Amino acid sequence: MAALVIAEHNNQTLNEQTAKTVTAAALVSTPVHVLVAGENCKAVAEAAAKIAGVEKVLLADNALYARMLAENMETLILSVAEKYDAILAPASTSGKNYLPRVAAKLDVPQISEILKVVSADTFERPIYAGNAIQTVQSPAGKKIITVRTTGFKAAAEGGSAVIENLAATADAGLSKFDSEALSKSERPELTSAKIVISGGRGLGSAENFKLIDKIADRLHAAVGASRAAVDAGYVPNDYQVGQTGKIVAPNLYLAVGISGAIQHLAGMKDSKVIAAINKDEESPIFQVADFGLAADLFQALPELDQELAKRGY
Amino acid sequence: MGSDNSMKVLVPVKRVVDFNVKVRVKSDQSGIDLANVKMSMNPFDEIAVEEAVRLKEKGKVKEIVAISIGPAQAAETIRTALAMGADRGILVKTDGEVEPLVVAKILKAICEAEKPDLVFTGKQAIDDDSNQTGQMLAALLGWGQGTFAHSLELTDASAKVAREIDGGLQTVELKLPAVVTTDLRLNEPRYASLPNIMKAKKKPLEEKTPADYGVDATPRLKVLKVSEPPKRGPGIKVKSVSELLDKLKEAGAI
Ligand SMILES: Cc1cc2nc3c(=O)[nH]c(=O)nc-3n(C[C@H](O)[C@H](O)[C@H](O)COP(=O)(O)OP(=O)(O)OC[C@H]3O[C@@H](n4cnc5c(N)ncnc54)[C@H](O)[C@@H]3O)c2cc1C
Ligand SMILES: Nc1ncnc2c1ncn2[C@@H]1O[C@H](COP(=O)(O)O)[C@@H](O)[C@H]1O
Repeated sequence: MAALVIAEHNNQTLNEQTAKTVTAAALVSTPVHVLVAGENCKAVAEAAAKIAGVEKVLLADNALYARMLAENMETLILSVAEKYDAILAPASTSGKNYLPRVAAKLDVPQISEILKVVSADTFERPIYAGNAIQTVQSPAGKKIITVRTTGFKAAAEGGSAVIENLAATADAGLSKFDSEALSKSERPELTSAKIVISGGRGLGSAENFKLIDKIADRLHAAVGASRAAVDAGYVPNDYQVGQTGKIVAPNLYLAVGISGAIQHLAGMKDSKVIAAINKDEESPIFQVADFGLAADLFQALPELDQELAKRGY
Repeated sequence: MGSDNSMKVLVPVKRVVDFNVKVRVKSDQSGIDLANVKMSMNPFDEIAVEEAVRLKEKGKVKEIVAISIGPAQAAETIRTALAMGADRGILVKTDGEVEPLVVAKILKAICEAEKPDLVFTGKQAIDDDSNQTGQMLAALLGWGQGTFAHSLELTDASAKVAREIDGGLQTVELKLPAVVTTDLRLNEPRYASLPNIMKAKKKPLEEKTPADYGVDATPRLKVLKVSEPPKRGPGIKVKSVSELLDKLKEAGAI
């Protein structure tokens, strides 16, 4: 049959997690189709059509899907489900929101956050904050899967899929969008940035996070945080890296004033290089850091800033 | 349904390995070594119980029912919820792992019998990290959902839920009944006081089985093995900021 990937986007641009999910999907079933559900999102469908390996893009362009509310996404995906033997979405807060509804309605288990496709019906996924990896085999029938996109390379550009309009389903009438408060930043997105600099409780205040921002600006890095820093109100919730926050795997992850709790490590331990600055020599973060600097961050960060400037960053 | 002090809330609570424990994989790769490991209520479920109790204290909610699906010891998890302020409990006894879809089907049957206005689940159980049970339950019941709740505001027939999403916060308005799944910032759960722990022992706790609800609890996913994640090689300590930058440059990280 075929695999259906649900596109991640903001009605204007296609999020690169989609192309990564296409890579995973192609290992499960081919051809791969992409469903773009949104409002005034034709540009997104055009971008999805250019992903190599995508045969068809289904475009459901309707106010009902403007915010991808789970209840309406459910009925839309179900309206085409019978044509697919696998339906996949990125394990974003959006994918995690609507896809379990689809699985439940199809009476199949959802396989959450796959890291690897072992074979068309067998997958690796993390459990216990990534302290164990489970290899699971799906039963016969449809496979409903969310994909941890740090585990997959984005499918290249170069495709020329056809775009087909998909009729809207009736409004479920169960929920309504009210408002949103999105974090605005000129910096790269946390989950796709090549360098991530995260601050923890050690920063001590929102004001002090500016020390992190400065380094991030020099290195074109994204800024992340531990749960403790978010709970304390130093930074917004969408900065949280970890088991129950965002999963990142950049070239460089620099942890500053973060102790390295299991739940934090779960979100960053697949980074290529990990560096840490912590004043406590014994801090567990040093057990995963390739390069550890035991120092007071209030001294080390300004010094780092100057040294980077000196080296032309 | 709707008016003050008339709402009923169901709170499913899962017994999991305590969040402070670093689990070990069994050497035969058959699973996790759970012998003598500290077990606790899933932290997100504590937040769910707390939210329900606060609504009861505000006079919005009349009754809170805590439900756990698991082994006999899951009764302790329910007792913890009762000590925090839930009114009664239902233990659905199972042997072995239960998948989120099975849990959702049992909860659906309980909802049909109990007719709650709201179900508060955790966003994620920290053992299986599935993040799906609440959403599945909402779909099976044909209800709306407010996942990853950061804050919750109840009116007569609706709930406004601010949700922690990848880009920030999104607020949705849900028709009741509905399912809300809790995120970390919703509240800070209380510790049960000793007198409340004692009182909880006298609160009613019903025992059931999946068969009572006509649900087959057999897992459908086959776990072929459970293995250790790849280990990182040992790192080094650097002495200064400039040495750190030298190393990062050498490693091609900057
Ligand atoms: C259900 C649940 C889910 C969770 N999910 C997550 C998650 O997704 N992500 C996450 O991060 N956490 C998560 N946590 C929390 C986690 O357990 C830790 O509490 C948290 O990661 C600690 O944050 P921290 O390292 O910033 O703070 P702390 O553990 O307090 O560490 C602060 C560190 O800063 C250092 N420090 C202090 N001052 C200085 C200074 N001047 N210079 C240098 N270093 C300094 C200290 O030595 C210390 O190591 C979760 C917990 C639970 C229960
Ligand atoms: N066995 C269970 N008993 C009671 N509640 C459960 C059980 N499994 C899951 N839940 C609920 O569903 C939430 C999400 O779990 P999961 O989908 O497994 O990540 C948990 O936080 C609980 O509220």
